[in-house]
Amino acid sequence: MSTETQTYKGVGTPTTRMYGLMAVVALGWVLLGGLFFTPEDAVQGDAVRIMYVHVPTAWVAYLAFIVTGIASACWLIGKKHSMGFDRVAGASAEVGVLFMAMTLLSGSLWGRITWGTFWVWDPRLTTTAFLFVTYLGYLAVRGLGGTAEQRARRSSVIALLAVLEIPLVHFSVVLWRSLHQRATVLSPDGDIKMDGLMLFTLLFGVFGFTVLFAWLVSHRQRIKAMQDAQQVTALDAAVTERLNEVQA
Amino acid sequence: MNHAGFIIATYGITFGVIIGLVAYTIKQGRNLSQTVADKDKPWT
Amino acid sequence: MSMSTNRIARAVAAKDLRIELRSRVVANQVLPFSGLVMVMFAFALDNDDVLQRVAGGLVWLATLFSLFILVQRTFAVETYDGALDSLRVAGVNPQGIFIGKAAALFVQLLVLETMLFIAAVVLYRVNVNGSGLVLLVTCVLCASAGLAFVGTLYGGLTAGARGRETLLPLLLLPVVAPVLICATRATESAFRSGGLTVGEGWPWVAVLAVFAAVFGLGGLLSFSSLIEE
Repeated sequence: MSTETQTYKGVGTPTTRMYGLMAVVALGWVLLGGLFFTPEDAVQGDAVRIMYVHVPTAWVAYLAFIVTGIASACWLIGKKHSMGFDRVAGASAEVGVLFMAMTLLSGSLWGRITWGTFWVWDPRLTTTAFLFVTYLGYLAVRGLGGTAEQRARRSSVIALLAVLEIPLVHFSVVLWRSLHQRATVLSPDGDIKMDGLMLFTLLFGVFGFTVLFAWLVSHRQRIKAMQDAQQVTALDAAVTERLNEVQA
Repeated sequence: MNHAGFIIATYGITFGVIIGLVAYTIKQGRNLSQTVADKDKPWT
Repeated sequence: MSMSTNRIARAVAAKDLRIELRSRVVANQVLPFSGLVMVMFAFALDNDDVLQRVAGGLVWLATLFSLFILVQRTFAVETYDGALDSLRVAGVNPQGIFIGKAAALFVQLLVLETMLFIAAVVLYRVNVNGSGLVLLVTCVLCASAGLAFVGTLYGGLTAGARGRETLLPLLLLPVVAPVLICATRATESAFRSGGLTVGEGWPWVAVLAVFAAVFGLGGLLSFSSLIEE
Protein backbone atom coordinates (compact mmCIF):
# COMPACT_ATOMS: atom_id res chain seq x y z
CA MET A 1 0.00 0.00 0.00
CA SER A 2 2.65 2.46 1.11
CA THR A 3 5.38 3.16 -1.42
CA GLU A 4 7.51 5.30 0.89
CA THR A 5 10.95 4.01 1.78
CA GLN A 6 10.53 4.63 5.50
CA THR A 7 9.56 1.77 7.79
CA TYR A 8 5.86 1.11 8.02
CA LYS A 9 4.78 1.93 11.57
CA GLY A 10 2.51 -0.39 13.55
CA VAL A 11 0.23 -3.08 12.24
CA GLY A 12 -2.95 -1.11 11.57
CA THR A 13 -4.63 -0.84 8.16
CA PRO A 14 -7.72 1.15 7.14
CA THR A 15 -9.83 -1.99 7.61
CA THR A 16 -8.66 -2.70 11.16
CA ARG A 17 -9.02 1.00 12.02
CA MET A 18 -12.65 0.75 10.96
CA TYR A 19 -13.09 -2.37 13.14
CA GLY A 20 -11.48 -0.51 16.02
CA LEU A 21 -13.74 2.51 15.63
CA MET A 22 -16.88 0.36 15.52
CA ALA A 23 -15.72 -1.59 18.57
CA VAL A 24 -15.07 1.59 20.55
CA VAL A 25 -18.54 2.94 19.76
CA ALA A 26 -20.33 -0.33 20.56
CA LEU A 27 -18.34 -1.09 23.71
CA GLY A 28 -18.80 2.49 24.89
CA TRP A 29 -22.52 2.01 24.56
CA VAL A 30 -22.39 -1.31 26.44
CA LEU A 31 -20.49 0.36 29.28
CA LEU A 32 -22.86 3.30 29.65
CA GLY A 33 -26.07 1.62 28.53
CA GLY A 34 -25.42 -1.58 30.42
CA LEU A 35 -24.55 0.15 33.66
CA PHE A 36 -26.91 3.13 33.64
CA PHE A 37 -29.42 3.58 30.80
CA THR A 38 -31.10 0.17 30.74
CA PRO A 39 -33.77 -0.69 33.32
CA GLU A 40 -33.36 -3.49 35.81
CA ASP A 41 -34.92 -6.85 35.01
CA ALA A 42 -38.18 -7.89 36.66
CA VAL A 43 -36.76 -11.23 37.79
CA GLN A 44 -33.00 -10.79 37.91
CA GLY A 45 -32.90 -7.16 39.05
CA ASP A 46 -29.57 -5.44 38.47
CA ALA A 47 -27.80 -8.76 37.97
CA VAL A 48 -29.00 -8.65 34.36
CA ARG A 49 -26.41 -5.90 33.76
CA ILE A 50 -23.70 -8.57 33.99
CA MET A 51 -25.34 -10.28 31.00
CA TYR A 52 -24.46 -7.37 28.70
CA VAL A 53 -20.77 -8.21 29.00
CA HIS A 54 -21.04 -11.91 29.88
CA VAL A 55 -22.98 -13.00 26.80
CA PRO A 56 -20.77 -11.18 24.24
CA THR A 57 -17.51 -12.39 25.86
CA ALA A 58 -18.84 -15.96 25.87
CA TRP A 59 -19.81 -15.59 22.21
CA VAL A 60 -16.35 -14.31 21.29
CA ALA A 61 -14.68 -17.10 23.28
CA TYR A 62 -16.61 -19.80 21.43
CA LEU A 63 -16.17 -18.02 18.10
CA ALA A 64 -12.43 -17.86 18.72
CA PHE A 65 -12.18 -21.60 19.22
CA ILE A 66 -14.26 -22.27 16.11
CA VAL A 67 -11.91 -19.99 14.15
CA THR A 68 -8.89 -21.81 15.61
CA GLY A 69 -10.35 -25.18 14.62
CA ILE A 70 -11.18 -24.08 11.08
CA ALA A 71 -7.84 -22.32 10.55
CA SER A 72 -5.98 -25.40 11.83
CA ALA A 73 -7.90 -27.66 9.48
CA CYS A 74 -7.16 -25.27 6.59
CA TRP A 75 -3.45 -25.35 7.40
CA LEU A 76 -3.38 -29.13 7.59
CA ILE A 77 -5.49 -29.76 4.49
CA GLY A 78 -4.02 -27.01 2.35
CA LYS A 79 -1.34 -28.19 -0.06
CA LYS A 80 0.78 -25.08 0.48
CA HIS A 81 0.56 -25.22 4.30
CA SER A 82 0.19 -21.45 4.32
CA MET A 83 1.57 -20.05 7.58
CA GLY A 84 -1.16 -17.41 7.62
CA PHE A 85 -3.67 -20.04 8.73
CA ASP A 86 -1.40 -21.12 11.58
CA ARG A 87 -0.97 -17.55 12.77
CA VAL A 88 -4.70 -16.88 12.67
CA ALA A 89 -5.28 -20.10 14.63
CA GLY A 90 -2.76 -19.07 17.26
CA ALA A 91 -3.93 -15.46 17.53
CA SER A 92 -7.54 -16.57 17.78
CA ALA A 93 -6.76 -19.10 20.52
CA GLU A 94 -4.90 -16.48 22.55
CA VAL A 95 -7.85 -14.11 22.40
CA GLY A 96 -10.24 -16.99 23.06
CA VAL A 97 -8.46 -18.13 26.22
CA LEU A 98 -8.52 -14.62 27.64
CA PHE A 99 -12.20 -14.12 26.81
CA MET A 100 -13.04 -17.55 28.20
CA ALA A 101 -11.41 -16.58 31.50
CA MET A 102 -13.47 -13.39 31.58
CA THR A 103 -16.62 -15.35 30.74
CA LEU A 104 -16.06 -17.83 33.58
CA LEU A 105 -15.35 -14.96 35.97
CA SER A 106 -18.35 -12.80 35.08
CA GLY A 107 -20.53 -15.91 34.95
CA SER A 108 -19.59 -16.98 38.45
CA LEU A 109 -20.17 -13.46 39.79
CA TRP A 110 -23.60 -13.50 38.13
CA GLY A 111 -24.25 -16.96 39.56
CA ARG A 112 -23.37 -15.79 43.06
CA ILE A 113 -26.03 -13.07 42.83
CA THR A 114 -28.71 -15.09 41.06
CA TRP A 115 -28.15 -18.68 42.23
CA GLY A 116 -26.35 -17.90 45.49
CA THR A 117 -23.34 -19.92 44.39
CA PHE A 118 -20.25 -19.23 42.29
CA TRP A 119 -20.38 -22.53 40.48
CA VAL A 120 -22.89 -25.24 39.55
CA TRP A 121 -21.98 -28.53 37.86
CA ASP A 122 -24.05 -27.69 34.85
CA PRO A 123 -22.87 -29.36 31.60
CA ARG A 124 -22.50 -26.04 29.82
CA LEU A 125 -20.36 -24.57 32.59
CA THR A 126 -18.26 -27.68 32.98
CA THR A 127 -17.63 -28.00 29.25
CA THR A 128 -16.68 -24.33 29.11
CA ALA A 129 -14.14 -24.84 31.88
CA PHE A 130 -12.69 -27.81 30.00
CA LEU A 131 -12.54 -25.81 26.81
CA PHE A 132 -10.54 -23.20 28.70
CA VAL A 133 -8.03 -25.72 30.07
CA THR A 134 -7.76 -27.52 26.72
CA TYR A 135 -6.81 -24.32 24.91
CA LEU A 136 -4.33 -23.43 27.64
CA GLY A 137 -2.70 -26.72 26.68
CA TYR A 138 -2.93 -25.74 23.01
CA LEU A 139 -1.08 -22.50 23.72
CA ALA A 140 1.52 -24.44 25.73
CA VAL A 141 2.08 -26.70 22.70
CA ARG A 142 2.52 -23.62 20.50
CA GLY A 143 5.21 -22.47 22.90
CA LEU A 144 7.23 -25.69 22.61
CA GLY A 145 9.69 -24.12 20.21
CA GLY A 146 11.17 -25.42 16.99
CA THR A 147 10.56 -24.06 13.52
CA ALA A 148 7.32 -22.37 12.46
CA GLU A 149 6.50 -25.45 10.40
CA GLN A 150 6.89 -27.80 13.40
CA ARG A 151 4.80 -25.49 15.57
CA ALA A 152 2.07 -25.31 12.95
CA ARG A 153 2.00 -29.08 12.47
CA ARG A 154 1.85 -29.92 16.17
CA SER A 155 -0.64 -27.26 17.12
CA SER A 156 -3.02 -27.89 14.24
CA VAL A 157 -3.25 -31.56 15.22
CA ILE A 158 -3.81 -30.60 18.86
CA ALA A 159 -6.55 -28.16 17.83
CA LEU A 160 -8.30 -30.85 15.78
CA LEU A 161 -8.00 -33.38 18.63
CA ALA A 162 -9.64 -30.76 20.86
CA VAL A 163 -12.51 -30.66 18.39
CA LEU A 164 -12.89 -34.44 19.01
CA GLU A 165 -12.47 -34.09 22.75
CA ILE A 166 -14.92 -31.31 23.58
CA PRO A 167 -18.11 -33.08 22.38
CA LEU A 168 -17.06 -36.22 24.31
CA VAL A 169 -16.52 -34.17 27.46
CA HIS A 170 -19.84 -32.41 27.00
CA PHE A 171 -21.72 -35.63 26.34
CA SER A 172 -20.29 -37.44 29.34
CA VAL A 173 -20.97 -34.48 31.62
CA VAL A 174 -24.58 -34.32 30.35
CA LEU A 175 -24.97 -38.03 31.03
CA TRP A 176 -23.35 -37.64 34.45
CA ARG A 177 -25.56 -34.74 35.53
CA SER A 178 -28.74 -36.38 34.25
CA LEU A 179 -28.34 -39.01 36.98
CA HIS A 180 -28.48 -36.42 39.71
CA GLN A 181 -31.36 -34.13 40.48
CA ARG A 182 -31.53 -31.07 38.32
CA ALA A 183 -29.76 -28.15 39.92
CA THR A 184 -32.51 -26.06 41.46
CA VAL A 185 -31.59 -22.85 39.77
CA LEU A 186 -33.23 -20.33 37.55
CA SER A 187 -32.89 -21.19 33.93
CA PRO A 188 -30.33 -18.70 32.70
CA ASP A 189 -32.16 -17.63 29.58
CA GLY A 190 -35.82 -18.35 30.11
CA ASP A 191 -36.75 -15.83 32.71
CA ILE A 192 -35.53 -12.59 31.28
CA LYS A 193 -38.21 -10.40 29.77
CA MET A 194 -36.16 -8.09 27.60
CA ASP A 195 -37.49 -4.70 26.64
CA GLY A 196 -36.27 -3.05 23.44
CA LEU A 197 -33.38 -1.13 24.97
CA MET A 198 -32.10 -4.19 26.86
CA LEU A 199 -32.20 -6.37 23.78
CA PHE A 200 -30.50 -3.64 21.73
CA THR A 201 -27.72 -3.32 24.32
CA LEU A 202 -27.16 -7.07 24.32
CA LEU A 203 -27.09 -7.41 20.53
CA PHE A 204 -25.03 -4.26 20.02
CA GLY A 205 -22.62 -5.69 22.60
CA VAL A 206 -22.34 -8.94 20.65
CA PHE A 207 -21.65 -6.92 17.50
CA GLY A 208 -19.07 -4.74 19.26
CA PHE A 209 -17.20 -7.66 20.79
CA THR A 210 -17.18 -9.45 17.45
CA VAL A 211 -15.50 -6.53 15.65
CA LEU A 212 -13.14 -6.23 18.63
CA PHE A 213 -12.27 -9.90 18.08
CA ALA A 214 -11.65 -9.22 14.38
CA TRP A 215 -9.40 -6.27 15.31
CA LEU A 216 -7.45 -8.29 17.87
CA VAL A 217 -6.93 -11.32 15.62
CA SER A 218 -5.87 -9.19 12.63
CA HIS A 219 -3.34 -7.31 14.71
CA ARG A 220 -2.04 -10.26 16.65
CA GLN A 221 -1.56 -12.49 13.62
CA ARG A 222 0.46 -9.68 11.98
CA ILE A 223 2.58 -9.49 15.12
CA LYS A 224 3.12 -13.23 14.85
CA ALA A 225 4.15 -12.86 11.21
CA MET A 226 6.78 -10.31 12.26
CA GLN A 227 7.98 -12.52 15.10
CA ASP A 228 8.40 -15.45 12.71
CA ALA A 229 10.23 -13.22 10.22
CA GLN A 230 12.47 -11.97 13.01
CA GLN A 231 13.30 -15.54 14.01
CA VAL A 232 14.23 -16.44 10.44
CA THR A 233 16.40 -13.30 10.13
CA ALA A 234 18.17 -14.11 13.39
CA LEU A 235 18.76 -17.67 12.23
CA ASP A 236 20.14 -16.52 8.87
CA ALA A 237 22.45 -14.07 10.62
CA ALA A 238 23.71 -16.80 12.94
CA VAL A 239 24.36 -19.13 10.02
CA THR A 240 26.21 -16.42 8.07
CA GLU A 241 28.31 -15.59 11.12
CA ARG A 242 29.20 -19.24 11.63
CA LEU A 243 30.12 -19.61 7.95
CA ASN A 244 32.40 -16.56 8.18
CA GLU A 245 34.05 -18.03 11.26
CA VAL A 246 34.67 -21.31 9.49
CA GLN A 247 36.11 -19.55 6.42
CA ALA A 248 38.34 -17.26 8.48
CA MET B 1 -28.02 -0.45 42.14
CA ASN B 2 -28.18 -3.74 44.04
CA HIS B 3 -25.07 -5.94 44.13
CA ALA B 4 -23.13 -2.94 42.82
CA GLY B 5 -19.82 -4.48 43.90
CA PHE B 6 -20.29 -7.59 41.79
CA ILE B 7 -21.55 -5.70 38.76
CA ILE B 8 -18.81 -3.07 38.85
CA ALA B 9 -16.22 -5.83 39.36
CA THR B 10 -17.52 -7.59 36.23
CA TYR B 11 -17.36 -4.44 34.10
CA GLY B 12 -14.03 -3.43 35.59
CA ILE B 13 -12.40 -6.79 34.88
CA THR B 14 -13.88 -7.15 31.40
CA PHE B 15 -13.08 -3.66 30.16
CA GLY B 16 -9.79 -3.56 32.05
CA VAL B 17 -8.56 -6.76 30.41
CA ILE B 18 -9.72 -5.61 26.98
CA ILE B 19 -8.03 -2.21 27.26
CA GLY B 20 -4.88 -3.88 28.56
CA LEU B 21 -4.80 -6.39 25.70
CA VAL B 22 -5.46 -3.72 23.06
CA ALA B 23 -2.73 -1.47 24.49
CA TYR B 24 -0.28 -4.37 24.65
CA THR B 25 -1.10 -5.38 21.07
CA ILE B 26 -0.59 -1.85 19.72
CA LYS B 27 2.68 -1.44 21.61
CA GLN B 28 3.99 -4.85 20.51
CA GLY B 29 3.04 -4.07 16.91
CA ARG B 30 4.83 -0.68 16.98
CA ASN B 31 7.99 -2.11 18.55
CA LEU B 32 8.21 -5.09 16.21
CA SER B 33 7.47 -3.08 13.08
CA GLN B 34 10.57 -0.97 13.73
CA THR B 35 12.88 -3.99 13.72
CA VAL B 36 11.26 -5.96 10.89
CA ALA B 37 11.78 -5.03 7.24
CA ASP B 38 8.75 -3.88 5.23
CA LYS B 39 8.99 -6.89 2.93
CA ASP B 40 8.04 -9.09 5.89
CA LYS B 41 4.82 -7.13 6.42
CA PRO B 42 2.43 -8.58 3.86
CA TRP B 43 -0.42 -6.30 4.89
CA THR B 44 1.38 -3.07 3.90
CA MET C 1 9.37 -53.54 0.62
CA SER C 2 8.40 -52.07 3.98
CA MET C 3 7.00 -54.23 6.72
CA SER C 4 3.26 -54.28 7.19
CA THR C 5 1.73 -52.05 9.86
CA ASN C 6 0.71 -55.16 11.74
CA ARG C 7 4.20 -56.60 11.98
CA ILE C 8 5.72 -53.26 13.00
CA ALA C 9 3.07 -52.87 15.69
CA ARG C 10 3.80 -56.31 17.08
CA ALA C 11 7.55 -55.72 17.00
CA VAL C 12 7.24 -52.35 18.78
CA ALA C 13 4.87 -53.74 21.43
CA ALA C 14 7.07 -56.77 22.05
CA LYS C 15 10.14 -54.53 22.34
CA ASP C 16 8.44 -52.20 24.86
CA LEU C 17 7.19 -55.09 26.98
CA ARG C 18 10.57 -56.81 26.86
CA ILE C 19 12.28 -53.61 28.05
CA GLU C 20 9.72 -53.44 30.84
CA LEU C 21 10.23 -57.06 31.87
CA ARG C 22 13.98 -56.53 32.06
CA SER C 23 14.01 -53.15 33.81
CA ARG C 24 10.98 -53.83 36.06
CA VAL C 25 10.31 -50.11 36.48
CA VAL C 26 6.55 -50.62 36.37
CA ALA C 27 6.64 -53.57 38.74
CA ASN C 28 9.06 -52.01 41.22
CA GLN C 29 7.99 -48.35 41.06
CA VAL C 30 4.68 -47.62 39.35
CA LEU C 31 2.67 -50.41 41.00
CA PRO C 32 3.92 -49.56 44.52
CA PHE C 33 3.23 -45.88 43.81
CA SER C 34 -0.38 -46.50 42.83
CA GLY C 35 -0.84 -48.83 45.80
CA LEU C 36 0.41 -46.03 48.04
CA VAL C 37 -2.06 -43.62 46.44
CA MET C 38 -4.88 -46.02 47.39
CA VAL C 39 -3.67 -46.07 51.00
CA MET C 40 -3.37 -42.26 51.00
CA PHE C 41 -6.99 -41.96 49.85
CA ALA C 42 -8.00 -44.06 52.84
CA PHE C 43 -6.03 -41.75 55.15
CA ALA C 44 -7.63 -38.66 53.59
CA LEU C 45 -11.22 -39.89 53.64
CA ASP C 46 -10.99 -41.77 56.94
CA ASN C 47 -14.41 -43.41 56.81
CA ASP C 48 -15.25 -46.99 55.79
CA ASP C 49 -18.68 -46.17 54.38
CA VAL C 50 -17.42 -43.25 52.35
CA LEU C 51 -14.51 -45.33 51.02
CA GLN C 52 -16.85 -48.11 49.95
CA ARG C 53 -19.12 -45.59 48.24
CA VAL C 54 -16.37 -43.78 46.29
CA ALA C 55 -14.05 -46.78 45.72
CA GLY C 56 -14.70 -46.78 41.95
CA GLY C 57 -13.64 -43.16 41.57
CA LEU C 58 -10.52 -43.68 43.66
CA VAL C 59 -9.39 -46.64 41.57
CA TRP C 60 -9.69 -44.60 38.38
CA LEU C 61 -8.01 -41.55 39.89
CA ALA C 62 -5.08 -43.73 40.94
CA THR C 63 -5.04 -45.14 37.39
CA LEU C 64 -4.86 -41.65 35.86
CA PHE C 65 -2.03 -40.56 38.17
CA SER C 66 -0.09 -43.66 37.20
CA LEU C 67 -0.95 -43.18 33.52
CA PHE C 68 1.20 -40.03 33.35
CA ILE C 69 4.17 -41.95 34.74
CA LEU C 70 3.59 -44.88 32.39
CA VAL C 71 3.29 -42.64 29.33
CA GLN C 72 6.41 -40.68 30.19
CA ARG C 73 8.23 -43.94 30.79
CA THR C 74 7.15 -45.47 27.49
CA PHE C 75 8.48 -42.47 25.53
CA ALA C 76 11.54 -41.89 27.70
CA VAL C 77 12.67 -45.28 26.41
CA GLU C 78 12.40 -43.92 22.86
CA THR C 79 13.94 -40.47 23.26
CA TYR C 80 16.74 -41.59 25.58
CA ASP C 81 19.06 -42.70 22.81
CA GLY C 82 17.15 -41.18 19.90
CA ALA C 83 15.39 -44.47 19.16
CA LEU C 84 12.22 -42.69 17.98
CA ASP C 85 14.33 -40.57 15.62
CA SER C 86 16.03 -43.61 14.13
CA LEU C 87 12.68 -45.34 13.60
CA ARG C 88 11.41 -42.20 11.91
CA VAL C 89 14.48 -41.76 9.76
CA ALA C 90 14.36 -45.44 8.82
CA GLY C 91 10.90 -44.74 7.44
CA VAL C 92 9.08 -47.13 9.75
CA ASN C 93 5.33 -46.77 9.36
CA PRO C 94 4.19 -44.33 12.12
CA GLN C 95 0.82 -46.08 12.37
CA GLY C 96 2.63 -49.27 13.29
CA ILE C 97 4.59 -47.42 15.98
CA PHE C 98 1.35 -45.91 17.30
CA ILE C 99 -0.48 -49.22 17.54
CA GLY C 100 2.53 -50.99 18.99
CA LYS C 101 3.19 -48.44 21.70
CA ALA C 102 -0.51 -48.20 22.54
CA ALA C 103 -0.71 -52.00 22.82
CA ALA C 104 2.22 -52.14 25.22
CA LEU C 105 0.69 -49.33 27.29
CA PHE C 106 -2.65 -51.16 27.24
CA VAL C 107 -1.08 -54.31 28.69
CA GLN C 108 0.67 -52.33 31.43
CA LEU C 109 -2.58 -50.53 32.29
CA LEU C 110 -4.40 -53.87 32.58
CA VAL C 111 -1.81 -55.13 35.06
CA LEU C 112 -2.02 -51.88 37.01
CA GLU C 113 -5.82 -51.88 37.16
CA THR C 114 -6.01 -55.52 38.19
CA MET C 115 -3.82 -54.68 41.14
CA LEU C 116 -5.84 -51.57 41.96
CA PHE C 117 -9.13 -53.48 41.95
CA ILE C 118 -7.67 -56.13 44.25
CA ALA C 119 -6.53 -53.29 46.50
CA ALA C 120 -10.07 -51.84 46.43
CA VAL C 121 -11.55 -55.16 47.47
CA VAL C 122 -9.06 -55.56 50.29
CA LEU C 123 -8.75 -51.98 51.52
CA TYR C 124 -12.13 -50.45 50.70
CA ARG C 125 -14.25 -53.59 51.29
CA VAL C 126 -16.13 -53.48 48.00
CA ASN C 127 -17.63 -56.68 46.64
CA VAL C 128 -18.55 -57.76 43.14
CA ASN C 129 -20.96 -60.46 41.98
CA GLY C 130 -20.81 -62.45 38.75
CA SER C 131 -22.66 -60.02 36.46
CA GLY C 132 -20.81 -57.16 38.12
CA LEU C 133 -17.51 -58.80 37.21
CA VAL C 134 -18.52 -59.06 33.54
CA LEU C 135 -19.35 -55.35 33.55
CA LEU C 136 -16.12 -54.53 35.36
CA VAL C 137 -13.90 -56.47 32.97
CA THR C 138 -15.57 -54.92 29.91
CA CYS C 139 -15.24 -51.47 31.47
CA VAL C 140 -11.55 -51.99 32.25
CA LEU C 141 -10.86 -53.20 28.70
CA CYS C 142 -12.63 -50.27 27.03
CA ALA C 143 -11.26 -47.63 29.41
CA SER C 144 -7.69 -48.96 29.14
CA ALA C 145 -7.88 -48.97 25.35
CA GLY C 146 -9.00 -45.33 25.36
CA LEU C 147 -6.33 -44.33 27.87
CA ALA C 148 -3.64 -46.19 25.94
CA PHE C 149 -4.59 -44.41 22.69
CA VAL C 150 -4.68 -40.87 24.10
CA GLY C 151 -1.63 -41.57 26.25
CA THR C 152 0.40 -42.65 23.22
CA LEU C 153 -0.91 -39.75 21.16
CA TYR C 154 -0.03 -36.99 23.63
CA GLY C 155 3.05 -38.82 24.91
CA GLY C 156 4.41 -38.88 21.35
CA LEU C 157 3.73 -35.18 21.02
CA THR C 158 5.52 -34.17 24.21
CA ALA C 159 8.36 -36.72 23.89
CA GLY C 160 11.63 -34.85 23.82
CA ALA C 161 9.96 -31.47 24.41
CA ARG C 162 11.14 -29.10 27.09
CA GLY C 163 9.01 -29.26 30.25
CA ARG C 164 7.23 -32.44 29.16
CA GLU C 165 6.75 -33.58 32.77
CA THR C 166 4.34 -30.71 33.39
CA LEU C 167 2.97 -30.34 29.89
CA LEU C 168 1.74 -33.93 29.60
CA PRO C 169 -0.71 -33.78 32.54
CA LEU C 170 -1.99 -30.39 31.36
CA LEU C 171 -2.76 -31.80 27.92
CA LEU C 172 -3.90 -35.24 29.00
CA LEU C 173 -6.12 -34.53 32.03
CA PRO C 174 -8.88 -32.64 30.19
CA VAL C 175 -8.92 -35.26 27.44
CA VAL C 176 -9.27 -38.22 29.81
CA ALA C 177 -11.99 -36.55 31.90
CA PRO C 178 -14.72 -38.47 30.02
CA VAL C 179 -12.91 -41.73 30.84
CA LEU C 180 -12.83 -40.79 34.52
CA ILE C 181 -16.54 -39.94 34.54
CA CYS C 182 -17.73 -42.98 32.58
CA ALA C 183 -15.38 -45.61 34.02
CA THR C 184 -16.16 -44.44 37.56
CA ARG C 185 -19.91 -44.65 37.03
CA ALA C 186 -19.63 -48.09 35.42
CA THR C 187 -17.38 -49.33 38.24
CA GLU C 188 -19.78 -47.99 40.87
CA SER C 189 -22.54 -49.97 39.16
CA ALA C 190 -20.38 -53.09 39.17
CA PHE C 191 -19.76 -52.56 42.91
CA ARG C 192 -23.44 -51.65 43.41
CA SER C 193 -22.30 -48.60 45.40
CA GLY C 194 -25.00 -46.25 46.63
CA GLY C 195 -27.87 -48.52 45.57
CA LEU C 196 -26.88 -48.66 41.87
CA THR C 197 -27.67 -51.81 39.88
CA VAL C 198 -25.21 -53.58 37.58
CA GLY C 199 -27.42 -52.93 34.53
CA GLU C 200 -27.07 -49.17 34.98
CA GLY C 201 -23.36 -49.45 34.24
CA TRP C 202 -23.59 -50.60 30.63
CA PRO C 203 -24.43 -47.25 28.94
CA TRP C 204 -21.25 -45.82 30.46
CA VAL C 205 -19.20 -48.65 28.99
CA ALA C 206 -20.69 -47.77 25.60
CA VAL C 207 -19.34 -44.21 25.94
CA LEU C 208 -15.94 -45.64 26.89
CA ALA C 209 -15.99 -47.77 23.74
CA VAL C 210 -16.85 -44.71 21.62
CA PHE C 211 -14.02 -42.78 23.28
CA ALA C 212 -11.53 -45.56 22.50
CA ALA C 213 -12.75 -45.79 18.90
CA VAL C 214 -12.59 -42.01 18.34
CA PHE C 215 -9.08 -41.59 19.70
CA GLY C 216 -7.83 -44.82 18.18
CA LEU C 217 -8.88 -43.55 14.77
CA GLY C 218 -7.70 -40.01 15.54
CA GLY C 219 -4.34 -41.38 16.61
CA LEU C 220 -3.90 -43.48 13.46
CA LEU C 221 -4.60 -40.41 11.33
CA SER C 222 -2.52 -37.89 13.25
CA PHE C 223 0.38 -39.73 14.91
CA SER C 224 2.68 -39.29 11.93
CA SER C 225 2.17 -35.51 12.02
CA LEU C 226 2.87 -35.37 15.73
CA ILE C 227 6.19 -37.18 15.77
CA GLU C 228 7.42 -35.82 12.44
CA GLU C 229 10.12 -33.21 12.89
